[in-house]
Amino acid sequence: MNVISNNKWIGQRTIRPDGADKVTGRAAFAADTNMPGMIWGKVLRSPHPHARIKSIDTSKAEALPGVKAVVSARDIVDFPVDKSVMLGIQDMRWMCRNVMAREKALFPGHPIAAVAATTEAIAAHACELIEVDYEVLPWSIEIDDAIRPDAPILHDFLTFEGKPSNIAGKLEVKKGDIEQGFREAEVVIERSFSTRPVHQGYIEPHACLVSVGADNKTTIWSSSQGQFMVRAMTAYLTGIPQSDIRAIPAEIGGGFGGKTIVYLEPLATLLAKKSGRPVKMVMTREEVMRATGPTSGSKSTVKIGAKKDGTIVAAQGTFWLQAGALPGSPIRGAVGCSFSPYDIPHVLAVGFDVLSNRSKVAAYRAPGAPIGAYAVECVLDELAEALRMDPLELRLKNAAKQGTKAAFGPVFPRIGYIETLEAAKAHPHYTAPLGKWQGRGVASGFWFNAGGESSAQVNITEDGNVVVTTGHPDVGGSRAAIANICAELLGIDYKRVSVLIGDTATIGFSNLTGGSRVLFASAIVVTQSTDKIITTLRERAAKIWEIDPEAVKWENGAAHPASPNAGQFEPLTLAELAAKAPVMGGPIGAGVQLNTEGAEGGFGTHICDVEVDPELGIVRVIRYTAVQDVGRAIHPGYVEGQIQGGVAQGIGWALNEEYIYNKSGKVDNPGFLDYRMPVCSDLPMLDTVMVEVPNPKHPQGVKGVGEVPLVPVMAAVANAIHNALGKRFYSLPMSPPVVLEGMEDPEIRQAAE
Amino acid sequence: MSELRYLAPHTLDEAIAAFAAAGSAARILAGGTDLLVQMRSGAVKPGLIVDIKKIAEMTAIEQTADGGFRIGAAVPGAVLSEHPRFGRAWPGVLEAVNLIGSTQVQGRASAGGNLCNGSPAGDSVPALVAAGAMVTLQGPNGRREIKVEDIPAGPGRTNLLPGEILVSFTLPPRPKGASDAYLRMIPRTEMDIAVVGVGVNLTIKDGVCTAARVGLGAVAPTVLLVEAAAKALIGSKLDDAALKAAASACSAACRPIDDKRGTIVYRTKVAGVLLKRTVAIAAARAREN
Ligand SMILES: Cc1cc2nc3c(=O)[nH]c(=O)nc-3n(C[C@H](O)[C@H](O)[C@H](O)COP(=O)(O)OP(=O)(O)OC[C@H]3O[C@@H](n4cnc5c(N)ncnc54)[C@H](O)[C@@H]3O)c2cc1C
Repeated sequence: MNVISNNKWIGQRTIRPDGADKVTGRAAFAADTNMPGMIWGKVLRSPHPHARIKSIDTSKAEALPGVKAVVSARDIVDFPVDKSVMLGIQDMRWMCRNVMAREKALFPGHPIAAVAATTEAIAAHACELIEVDYEVLPWSIEIDDAIRPDAPILHDFLTFEGKPSNIAGKLEVKKGDIEQGFREAEVVIERSFSTRPVHQGYIEPHACLVSVGADNKTTIWSSSQGQFMVRAMTAYLTGIPQSDIRAIPAEIGGGFGGKTIVYLEPLATLLAKKSGRPVKMVMTREEVMRATGPTSGSKSTVKIGAKKDGTIVAAQGTFWLQAGALPGSPIRGAVGCSFSPYDIPHVLAVGFDVLSNRSKVAAYRAPGAPIGAYAVECVLDELAEALRMDPLELRLKNAAKQGTKAAFGPVFPRIGYIETLEAAKAHPHYTAPLGKWQGRGVASGFWFNAGGESSAQVNITEDGNVVVTTGHPDVGGSRAAIANICAELLGIDYKRVSVLIGDTATIGFSNLTGGSRVLFASAIVVTQSTDKIITTLRERAAKIWEIDPEAVKWENGAAHPASPNAGQFEPLTLAELAAKAPVMGGPIGAGVQLNTEGAEGGFGTHICDVEVDPELGIVRVIRYTAVQDVGRAIHPGYVEGQIQGGVAQGIGWALNEEYIYNKSGKVDNPGFLDYRMPVCSDLPMLDTVMVEVPNPKHPQGVKGVGEVPLVPVMAAVANAIHNALGKRFYSLPMSPPVVLEGMEDPEIRQAAE
Repeated sequence: MSELRYLAPHTLDEAIAAFAAAGSAARILAGGTDLLVQMRSGAVKPGLIVDIKKIAEMTAIEQTADGGFRIGAAVPGAVLSEHPRFGRAWPGVLEAVNLIGSTQVQGRASAGGNLCNGSPAGDSVPALVAAGAMVTLQGPNGRREIKVEDIPAGPGRTNLLPGEILVSFTLPPRPKGASDAYLRMIPRTEMDIAVVGVGVNLTIKDGVCTAARVGLGAVAPTVLLVEAAAKALIGSKLDDAALKAAASACSAACRPIDDKRGTIVYRTKVAGVLLKRTVAIAAARAREN
């Protein structure tokens, strides 16, 4: 495959196809759809962190005028705990217990029952009338409490090292001989860190509308990162076959990984089926904060050994990640990504999946990788300091490159990590002067990226324009990038290409929008479909001209004779060929379905400047430059947007975001007022530098870009704070009270002065 | 499902009659930026809402004969900031009112609502306390005037009598060399709730502080008037020793709680730090007047 150069549309900042609808309010998000006869569903949620459900009496709720249906765990298909049924990264054993508590309520906010009624208020009131007999059990929230020998066990059937345990799993990644490695080391740094769970913080709460016909034919409108995931999970949990479910993706108001699983759709489907009425459900922000997402809180220990010249010889990491109340924390990202930017001969990374009585975690931008990178990149900063080396130099000296075998398995092809380090080093930001109480930190990060199943259908309209349908909800501008590619290939104006997201009945199976896979994968199927169309167009022109198709070339949106030898003909444009289609062989269109391969990992290197208010403990990020190997920026504006978004989320994670629990095990800040994500005025302009090392395995050189930018951020901020104060903080968030307390360290003022 | 009635009377008498008659189930609506949020979360379920924004006196800003200001209780922050003279006389009160929420919230939120909501962290309250503002209340038994600092009774509670409505704030005339300032500590830069808020109002004559008032928010069940801090400033040239003494007085006045918004230790320290910074701003402004 050769990468297209001299592009007209690829690399242009075109207006996104969904832009006008979004800025004028016409775009339909999940909560915007209504139907005649529609009723409202509400969920009764557990007030307890941990309780056995002895009985549920719904009779009073059912008797309330206006109530049309009540469902509980009895109505959800049970997946027995002894047999795993996987759907993507989710295990249906845990999904069926997460959408509705089965034997036990496992966290405050865990659904116990759901009601559908003619109004939201009646449904909410009916929830209060449901009588649940709970046997309240001891609980634990934090990792240390959950892994104590006498910790209350969430699931008796899960054992670790032969005993019932809250450790639900262990994952190890190994390379070389770790002990040998540390024997060779001359300088060793070992540190422990902790991070808090953080929510994806999408603006749009989960919402859906479901209609079930008398024949069980089901239509779901919902906001998700995958209509096929919604269809499959709903089918599993309700027993309705997938062929009877049509899942229609609404515009999505943010997901960041948190909408790769279902919460409401199966409940609304069952309520709609029971009541015979369309059922709408919309979560409140409080429900979102109590019962969806977040990503794991963690504790970790990282030990890195190097030679005096800076050659890293051994690296070891142990990462404990919170899963929430059901197994499945992203330990794979932590153990697989943390050391991957470096060429280290001896590596051992171990991850533990730890249960406790908090909501089940969901994917969040490069799941697990930012947690691992935070620890590793902070230790590297200390190592550089101990070696008296520039931190970027240390990374350059040990950087992974083509041919490096990553500890998690693969040998890297041509990658652009070194280029990101060099670009960071050469950037004026890196040498700009700093003032008092200001500091600078750097950090790098890696994310696997992903390929997988994608489908596309490209159709030429009768008037000679183009409609492209793909199967992935567009969370970051993928429609614009697809239109750029299609316009480029066909040699026509971008505005002539419409890109739509099909529903499960109108486009072939397409896996989730996740893993930074969408543009990588859909570009492949769209390119192949468009190539087929170009072949057809050449054949049609050849037929009209009565020459060989091989003698026809496609250029600038028209068929031309490939050379003067082929004959003298006026070019036939796409519009002319489309107009002739009925008599020249019929409609023009092509579809491709593939399990795409060749997604290569992505790397980024960030520079962060902070200023600390030493009397208030407030840390402000005053300058930030994120350098990333983006493969090929098909639409630079949205690549930059992805990078800036990831950085903004990382700054929130580093400085302020955390769940605060009260003494009874409940989240005390379930809203955006006290769960402090950054607001615009908290951030400087986030500068981006796109390094383009095209992915050799992709027709346009595309690499995933959406997740890498969150990975280095917390370490970059932490390293900058250390540089400003001469003091390190080993846990997140580095919020004002924590930093102010740290300011009491007598060494600080000297360091800064 | 209970009924919700909404009234928007044009006179204060009508408002008070309806409000008093409905008893504890009734709520006054000014900007609604607290009330509607509380209703949506289910924290309050009023049977009657009395909207006071149609009453002229409630939304008027007047300069009094002696040069002071009377501000209607329901005047939104955005309107106050557009007044040609108010911000010059009371920059601290204005900045406190304007800190509430965002541009959208400013279009609605009032100082009256901020005070009557009873939050110890309300931003305009410490500035109004420092300003020495009086409030006019009217209820079934007529009008009365009390000091701003006497309104809050505890978190979410006020000393308004049943059926009483806050009508307006009265701010005294400004002598030469007087100005004020308000600062709050929030972890973010906006859209947050004060962890500590400090309002300082002072007068400087020939380099000496001749009058001062200090209001302190979010560090006790109610906003505090810190007289000891004012005393430390008055008679001084606002030198380091005076500032230090005033800062200590603020820290000593704190009776905070540990909660999701801040710790006792943090709030106590920050109260002193903010006092110094707020005095510096108020003094710089006063020296120009
Ligand atoms: C997004 C957002 C951000 C916010 N940020 C801040 C902030 O930064 N700082 C801050 O201090 N607050 C903040 N608030 C809270 C709120 O905006 C303020 O307290 C505001 O001043 C309330 O004024 P209002 O006119 O909207 O009051 P309303 O909501 O109308 O009323 C508040 C309470 O006072 C009562 N009341 C109102 N007027 C009278 C009256 N005249 N007589 C008797 N009772 C009355 C009402 O019955 C109600 O109980 C924020 C709110 C939101 C939604």
